[in-house]
Amino acid sequence: MNAALNRTLIVLPAFNEEASVAKVVREIEAVLPGVRCVVIDDGSSDRTAQAAAAAGAEVLRLPFNLGVGGAMRLGFRYALANGFDNVVQIDADGQHDPAAVPALLDELETADVVMGARFAGVGDYEVRGPRKWAMRVLAVVLSRVARAKLTDTTSGFRASGPKAVRLFAAHYPAEYLGDTIEALVIAGRSGCVVRQVPVEMRVRTGGTPSHNPWKSTVYLGRAGIALIFALIRPKSTLRVGTATP
Amino acid sequence: MSPVSYLFGVVAALAVFLLVVEMLRRRRLRERHALWWLIAGVLALVVGLFPGLLDWAAKLLGVGQPTNLVFFVSIAILVMICLQHSSELTVVENKTRTLAEHVAMQNERIQRLEAALDAAEDGRNGGRAEGAR
Repeated sequence: MNAALNRTLIVLPAFNEEASVAKVVREIEAVLPGVRCVVIDDGSSDRTAQAAAAAGAEVLRLPFNLGVGGAMRLGFRYALANGFDNVVQIDADGQHDPAAVPALLDELETADVVMGARFAGVGDYEVRGPRKWAMRVLAVVLSRVARAKLTDTTSGFRASGPKAVRLFAAHYPAEYLGDTIEALVIAGRSGCVVRQVPVEMRVRTGGTPSHNPWKSTVYLGRAGIALIFALIRPKSTLRVGTATP
Repeated sequence: MSPVSYLFGVVAALAVFLLVVEMLRRRRLRERHALWWLIAGVLALVVGLFPGLLDWAAKLLGVGQPTNLVFFVSIAILVMICLQHSSELTVVENKTRTLAEHVAMQNERIQRLEAALDAAEDGRNGGRAEGAR
């Protein structure tokens, strides 16, 4: 096993994913044998936790739904408390291919946060209208903040190194869109090196990306607000204490 | 102003003020939440006792109708109270989030410890199946 993989915790935030979570956990175990994998059951009302445990994952159950950001902060804290250096986030819906994890970890040797970015033109993933504009604006602004060329800022497939894990364990935002947009701003403003690695995305096992123009416009607005407030937040709110949280 | 309306104003202000003080006394209200209510109560009492003060303040600020000043100050205080509540709610939500994280981690730890304990007991009993768990 890759040495970096030994110090890496795979975190799967899962909210009502009983249909796919077990498959994803087994696939991770098959592709990356021996890696520690924790499923954060984000207050699911179905049997997500049982399915994940049966598939052999460690399971942390939140008593109520906190959102992806809330689940991920718990993942970062769990990694810190159990002595892991790196955290790789993989969605429990089967969208991310665990085979790309070594590539992310290789890039992590010289970076603090590595994003798995959807290839342009590869796969079925396509967005239109306001959602597309939002993603483009986000890519431009966040690339500047993070001092790196980022094309897919809303990707949930990302790896964090020791510095980022400590930072995110203290400050990973739970707000809507906070986990994607604000987390990058926090990383960039705290001096973390952010990179992206192209990865192939698969079609989600369940659910479809929204193409409703009204919802997309709301998304654009909320993304803009999240971005602006992430940028004007005082730097003092990003301090990381020496004590473990 | 008739004596009845004068009395009505004073009694209403006094009632608010005494209610806040009584709730503070019985620990049904924390000081930090009571601040704006106390300010509102005191202001209402002062204006109720000395209506001339209201006319003077309205003239000073160029407000034509003194009652409009009352409405303005009342709404301003209510807005401040709402803001304070939203802010407190945010703090409480953050605390709840941290507690939820701790609960999740402790539960996982307890399960691990129980599993280890069971394994140890099984080992002591020579692998005999344990009925009680």
